[in-house]
Amino acid sequence: MSEGTVDPMAPALFSYALRLGDDALILSQRLSEWASRAPEIEEDIALTNIALDLLGQARALLDYAAVIEGHQRDEDDLAYLRTERDFCNVHLVEQENGDFAHTIARQLFFSTYQLFLYEELISSTDELLAGVAAKGVKEAAYHHDHALQWTVRLGDGTEDSRRRMQAAVDRLWPFTAELFDADEVEKELAVHGIAVDPSNLRARWERAIHDALASATLTVPSTLWTSHGGRRGVHTECFGYLLAEMQYLHRLHPGASW
Amino acid sequence: MAERDHLEPGEQSPALARRFDEMLAEDDRIEPRDWMPDAYRATLIRQIAQHAHSEIIGMQPEANWITRAPSLRRKAILMAKVQDEAGHGLYLYGAAETLGVDRRDLLELLNTRKQRYSSIFNYPTTSWADVGAIGWLVDGAAITNQVPLCRCSYGPYARAMVRICKEESFHQRQGFDLLLTLSKGTAEQHAMAQDAVNRWWWPSLMMFGPPDDQSPNSAQSMAWGIKRFSNDELRQKFVDMTVPQADVLGLSLPDPELTLDGQTGHYRFGPIDWDEFARVLKGGGPCNEQRIAHRVKAHDEGEWVRQAAAAHAAKHAPVRALKPATEAVA
Repeated sequence: MSEGTVDPMAPALFSYALRLGDDALILSQRLSEWASRAPEIEEDIALTNIALDLLGQARALLDYAAVIEGHQRDEDDLAYLRTERDFCNVHLVEQENGDFAHTIARQLFFSTYQLFLYEELISSTDELLAGVAAKGVKEAAYHHDHALQWTVRLGDGTEDSRRRMQAAVDRLWPFTAELFDADEVEKELAVHGIAVDPSNLRARWERAIHDALASATLTVPSTLWTSHGGRRGVHTECFGYLLAEMQYLHRLHPGASW
Repeated sequence: MAERDHLEPGEQSPALARRFDEMLAEDDRIEPRDWMPDAYRATLIRQIAQHAHSEIIGMQPEANWITRAPSLRRKAILMAKVQDEAGHGLYLYGAAETLGVDRRDLLELLNTRKQRYSSIFNYPTTSWADVGAIGWLVDGAAITNQVPLCRCSYGPYARAMVRICKEESFHQRQGFDLLLTLSKGTAEQHAMAQDAVNRWWWPSLMMFGPPDDQSPNSAQSMAWGIKRFSNDELRQKFVDMTVPQADVLGLSLPDPELTLDGQTGHYRFGPIDWDEFARVLKGGGPCNEQRIAHRVKAHDEGEWVRQAAAAHAAKHAPVRALKPATEAVA
């Protein structure tokens, strides 16, 4: 992109960077709620580590969105000063932590999706997105491995853990369909080799999740209802509380540096 | 038969006791398989466990601000710091385990209030600036206490402390930087920083423990090479290091008697409220109940997870042992 010319792709690219960035930021925020509360010290470290990886991805992506927009805002403006309607993360990542099984189910669904997404995004013609994916794919592989191992342990553990893990999978299943929604933003960018069309990831994701649930002696849920709208800024009720907590201090001191 | 190089706990051997004393005199490190007096072992277990518990409980007041951190950069720094503390807890429980105890038992002693953690964490973090004050003052005091422990006579503890001190000194600089930004920021931010320093200063001085003439166990710990400096020496060192830093921060310390003694080159400071120290130590601090309740809740709510992991391992371990040639299924 040369100076002075308006890239016709810019609005779509801005939206795309925000979508990926918001997914990472909001999931990081949720996972960080676990700090000092995990079932084992090792898990406290693992969950915080995953949250930290996701925050790093979010910062790179939000910073890129700010650059595409023309430096009118920075990563903190985008994280702290947008309202609920301007966030475009999927509903899955904003769902509350619940018990450890719910957090693991959410991790399994999201990390599998993100791993496959980043594996393809490495070949993006956009250098920055390819770079984020190249670093993120290693992190997502670890997040996926962590979630998969726990899914199997909990599913094939005790009777109680199996019941809890199945309940978590059932509860979060309706939020997975949205991961594969593609609108004009992804489709337009995908044509130019910039973005990954998420609808193409679905079959592979389903195979991987079916295998994971089978290894964990769990059943694949069926659902009539699926949740959509996050990419358009329409969120679930719990999201407002997450933003209220995340943004309150920053908003209380307009213009301050931290 | 040649004399064994170690005895069961409680066994006595004049030759081994002499060897232990010689090693201390030569400033050698005592290692897990070396003979050691029971009281030395018990003192170390208590001290290392208390140190590990402090790292684990210390996660709470700081984790309290992760979700509300006012910038993404500060959020990342704070998350990494709380993660480091969990890591320190792990090394330290590991060091304690070399003395023949089990981490699970130590955590049980923490949860049932039979072992202590540093009293400093019984104070609340009520503002964002408290995160900076903890880094600057509490981690600063911890480093002053812990740097000499890198030369502690017990090898595993000394080695754990080398790594911990490196990370703690990083945390202290981050805390200082956080406060400096607030102090030089808006009037509200400056006031927030000053208020935090006012609340954390005296409890930080208490972290070094009671005055030397009221610290009955210090002499034995010094003789064993576990402790290298007295409580009062370390406290003075901390004050001397910290007062000039407060000037750089543009923040005052809440002690009207704080003055530089031109003759000694040390800062003189006002009387510490040892009644408050004793009260908080006994359980009467603002957060004693809350910290343990939080810890117990996390432990209890994690019970089913730990049981599931154990049940899964028990189901699958024998299968792998019977079929060594079979490739493990991912």
